[in-house]
Amino acid sequence: MQTLLQNLLNGIAAGSIYALIALGYTMVYGILKLINFAHGDVFMLGSFAGYYGAQWYARATHQSGAPAPSWGMALIILLLAMVVCGLFGYLNERIAYRPLRNAPRIASLITAIGVSFFLEYGGQFVFGADPKFFPTLIDKHLINFAGITTTNYQIIVLIVALFFMGVLQYIVYGTKFGRAMRAVSFNYETASLMGIPTDRITSLTFVIGSVLAAVAGILFGLSYPKIDPLMGIMPGLKAFAAAVLGGIGNIPGAVVGGILIGVIEAFVGGSAYSSYRDGIAFVILIVILLFRPSGLFGRHQKEKV
Amino acid sequence: MRAWWLRDLGALALGIAVLVALSYALPALPIQGMAYYFRIIILIGINIVLAVSLNIINGHAGQFSLGHAGFMAVGGYLSAFVTYFYANPFLDALPAGPQKVVLQNVFFFGALILGGLSAAIAGYMVGLPSLRLRGDYLAIVTLGFGEMIRVVFLNIDKTGGARGFSGVPSWTNFFWVYFFAMATVVVSLRLVRSSVGRAFLAVREDEIAAEAMGVNTTRYKVKAFVIGSFFAGIAGGLTAHYLAYLNPDMFKFILSFEIIMMVVLGGLGSISGSILAAIILTFLPEGLRAVKNWFELKNDPRMVIYSIALIVLMRTRPQGLFGRRELWEIVARWRKVAK
Repeated sequence: MQTLLQNLLNGIAAGSIYALIALGYTMVYGILKLINFAHGDVFMLGSFAGYYGAQWYARATHQSGAPAPSWGMALIILLLAMVVCGLFGYLNERIAYRPLRNAPRIASLITAIGVSFFLEYGGQFVFGADPKFFPTLIDKHLINFAGITTTNYQIIVLIVALFFMGVLQYIVYGTKFGRAMRAVSFNYETASLMGIPTDRITSLTFVIGSVLAAVAGILFGLSYPKIDPLMGIMPGLKAFAAAVLGGIGNIPGAVVGGILIGVIEAFVGGSAYSSYRDGIAFVILIVILLFRPSGLFGRHQKEKV
Repeated sequence: MRAWWLRDLGALALGIAVLVALSYALPALPIQGMAYYFRIIILIGINIVLAVSLNIINGHAGQFSLGHAGFMAVGGYLSAFVTYFYANPFLDALPAGPQKVVLQNVFFFGALILGGLSAAIAGYMVGLPSLRLRGDYLAIVTLGFGEMIRVVFLNIDKTGGARGFSGVPSWTNFFWVYFFAMATVVVSLRLVRSSVGRAFLAVREDEIAAEAMGVNTTRYKVKAFVIGSFFAGIAGGLTAHYLAYLNPDMFKFILSFEIIMMVVLGGLGSISGSILAAIILTFLPEGLRAVKNWFELKNDPRMVIYSIALIVLMRTRPQGLFGRRELWEIVARWRKVAK
């Protein structure tokens, strides 16, 4: 029973990170019908922004070596990563995806792969391929309850992820921009006919998605301190599987999918088949695509001729 | 004429004669660094097989396959398995002489074909799910299958697993590489001009319309995957017997991506484009290595330059060098315009 709860908690914590990334995938797909291959690498960018941000912070506050953990620093680094990734998301959309709006789908897909590789190998080129150690942003405390051991990190991950999902929920369902985003994802052309600045909404969607990925990157760095330029590939793929599982284009679906994948992974990892832990997300993805491509919450859209 | 196949047979004999002659003449050329260029020539040949075979799936049939490296791995490992465990020990027991050479080549051909067939079976299994998936999703699934194949080989101990498969007999030479390069090109050309090829093009242009016109899109999509992966398997076998070593890490997604780059650069659907792009993109890493040494860079900028070039290419000329047309069609148009 205890291992069950332990696995569950681990799974939900990891799944929240996947959910944050999956939200970016699902929002971009909902609007542009484009799978943003590069999104996992935006997540990596967020982690590295946090890493270098911490170094800059240490220098700015005249500390030698790694900066001392504090809540203020954590907040500043989070904001910094969000700004960096948001900016990148905006530039990505403007430079790489917007000119291909009317081109065949394969061109956008190839460009997305190109951006992804640009981030991965550019990261290797600029940062070096060796793994770096993410600084400790907050002091680590062990928490024991009901026989489960957990660190305060997992609680922080849960709370921060929930907070940002709540903010996203407010934006999408409680603001004019959000209504515009929903309209554009429903039908792009009609939305523009209704006076919605679709270009701006698309840019906003990319920015929001990238900001969430940045948060995920910082949370990931907090939980698993080893970061390297290729770290975005696996979480990106798993988050994509999560988005598809929940129904791609569906925002609550992405959250549910992320948590589900996190939990399933945790249970597989704690079982006899632990070496298949990384592959299970792929299996889920293929099974979903073969048997229920619209996902858990998506609607099956009939293809019109 | 009655014996229409005589013309083909004659062409085949001529082609083989030319290849044999070249395979002796080229290494003997008194150019400095010939061994180095020869290596590039062999790599170009293998890349031609890869690019033209992927062009059948992506260019002619319009499917989006990102898992070509996986098929290469299947062909490579299986042919290496056959030669290492069966053919080579058998040959070692024979006395040296022309008999042995002939037998070696026969076994090599057989092993390569077996590798190709096993890759074709893998292509069949990957092609089946393709029936239900649209472009983006198909791409992800083929990517996933490519990775799964790689992980499978990572876990097979008999062929080395993570340590890799070393000791593969290095039987690849100029003749075999370019024999199969020519074979791939000829098959691809003949295929696209046949009724099967017309079906591929119909599926590419508009799947629903093709189905409405009675084209069994299912059958033809799977056919494209099978034929393309067959030749990818051959390329894998050629690579295995050239490097004399195989490792699952050689067949990661980035290899599939490099092959895709060749096909996209040449023009999706253009055979001559794929060939030209294969040549260009085989030379490029060598040239970029010179760039790295010139600027004394710490890390390898090759993939960064590749990805930037790809993004620029997609913005400026997404149809690639030749678009969907072939070199001879473009030249013919030039000449017509020039008159």
